[in-house]
Amino acid sequence: MKHLLNTLFVTTQGAYLARDRETLLVRVDGATKLQLPIHTLGGIVCFGRVGFSPQLLGLCGERNVLVSFLSERGRFLARLHGPVTGNVLLRREQYRVADDSDKGAEVARAFVAAKIANCRVVLQRAVRDRPLDSNSPDLAAASSDLAALLRELKHPLDRDRIRGNEGRAANIYFAVFDHLIVADKQSFNFGARNRRPPLDRVNAMLSFVYTLLAHDVTSALEGVGLDPAVGFLHTDRPGRMSLALDLMEEFRPVLADRTVLSLINLRQVSADGFRVLENGAVLMDDNTRRQLLVSWQKKKQEEVLHPFLGEKIPVGLLPHVQAMLLARFLRGDTDAYPPFFWK
Amino acid sequence: MYDEDDLLPLSALQHLAFCERQCALIHLEGQWQENRLTAQGRQFHRKADETGTESRGDLRISRGLPLRSLRLGLVGKADVVEFHRVRKETSDPSAPAAKLPGVQGLWRPLPVEYKRGRPKPGSEDEVQLCAQALCLEEMFGADVPEGALFYGQPWKRFPVPLGPNLRDETEKLAERLHELMESKVTPPAVKMPRCRNCSLSEICLPRSTGLNSSASGYLEKLIDEALGQGGTDK
Repeated sequence: MKHLLNTLFVTTQGAYLARDRETLLVRVDGATKLQLPIHTLGGIVCFGRVGFSPQLLGLCGERNVLVSFLSERGRFLARLHGPVTGNVLLRREQYRVADDSDKGAEVARAFVAAKIANCRVVLQRAVRDRPLDSNSPDLAAASSDLAALLRELKHPLDRDRIRGNEGRAANIYFAVFDHLIVADKQSFNFGARNRRPPLDRVNAMLSFVYTLLAHDVTSALEGVGLDPAVGFLHTDRPGRMSLALDLMEEFRPVLADRTVLSLINLRQVSADGFRVLENGAVLMDDNTRRQLLVSWQKKKQEEVLHPFLGEKIPVGLLPHVQAMLLARFLRGDTDAYPPFFWK
Repeated sequence: MYDEDDLLPLSALQHLAFCERQCALIHLEGQWQENRLTAQGRQFHRKADETGTESRGDLRISRGLPLRSLRLGLVGKADVVEFHRVRKETSDPSAPAAKLPGVQGLWRPLPVEYKRGRPKPGSEDEVQLCAQALCLEEMFGADVPEGALFYGQPWKRFPVPLGPNLRDETEKLAERLHELMESKVTPPAVKMPRCRNCSLSEICLPRSTGLNSSASGYLEKLIDEALGQGGTDK
């Protein structure tokens, strides 16, 4: 399988990234703090005031290293990628399938089915780990409500029904999400999902991890030559990476949500690692953010058995593998898109 | 005769001779996956990629010579083409030699292709070499009866006679290459022993996207499994 490449996160304000032949240099106050060969990198994510030399940008473009620029707080600003890879024929097929209500709905159904199944994995794991917890019956009930929605997705449905099921599943899942948090419930409570701005610590962490996931998924889609903006579940909207949002669905619960939950439950983040602004918006401080980045990178090293490929692969490669399987389906190599189920 | 716009890369012939799907993935879909072997190959070719001519008496060595054939619809570059001086008295009027611009005398071109690895069981390297020879014949109006393949393992040069069978095979492959690119369809994966050495096997996924794999049953099966046996919730 393709080598799992590293993502470099640059959080030091005022850092400058430059090129030296085939390597990347990170300079802070004129001193070189880090030198990395470019071929070990799959992506670079810069937070806040980070400078970048044109030569290094060129090298990144040439070597398919996706560069994302985020604000210091992790809001997405811009990204750079090299020449569009892959084939115009594949993208045309993607647009045709997106426009074709039956075939497009089949892909959307696969995304949502895997998402719901993977949400249930997260809930059931909590029930298994803490059978005596007073919230376990609620979690079990939510899990069987999700099962009912999943069962409906066993057979083809039109896209509105699929979107309806997705929406109801998200409501059921987030209604019990607070039960999954067992440490420091005072500070880490979850009422509902909010993001613009995040109004509690849990939402602040979720939003941040979703941004990281979006970076990886977008890069994976571009890597196989798909257009991340044209989706099957999410409708087109200028500026929205609809296909990236589609593909993220199957990964959100098991990759992103779980990373956040274990950080809280293992007390690796603490309440005072956040700032609450006058309007209620909650921001992470540098340390908390660094902690999240470290956990995210660790998560990506874990290995899972891919149920379709029958191979063990690192979690970090899942976006790439699924993007590739989606491209293969669009090209007609397989008769359906096989989404990722966490077993 | 092909138009200049329709020329296809010479190297694609070698990919086609190896596997039609590999050829389509690279040249139709624009996919490329670097692995250890391809990286070493790139390194190995670096010297040959420098353009320039060396002259040693009756031998001229040209590196990185651009080649093309409008008859076969191919374009590319030769690692090395040697030009050997043909003496007037030994020159055969039925086998024309080349005139080189600004250089006295008649010369016999001899393409040399560099490969980092071992000689291969298939004929893909010979075909690529022969295609270069056919380009040289068209461009110089000269006969190219022989070429050579240089392999890194062993560090050795092998002469390759360019006989009628090899020429025929090369021309047929060139024709097939144009058909494939015209069709714009990537052929389905077929799992073969040689997939092991293919740098694209992770993109091709011969095992799970081959003719016998079904992904539609997969979704239903996984939903059933997720729901537990018989569709009841665990």
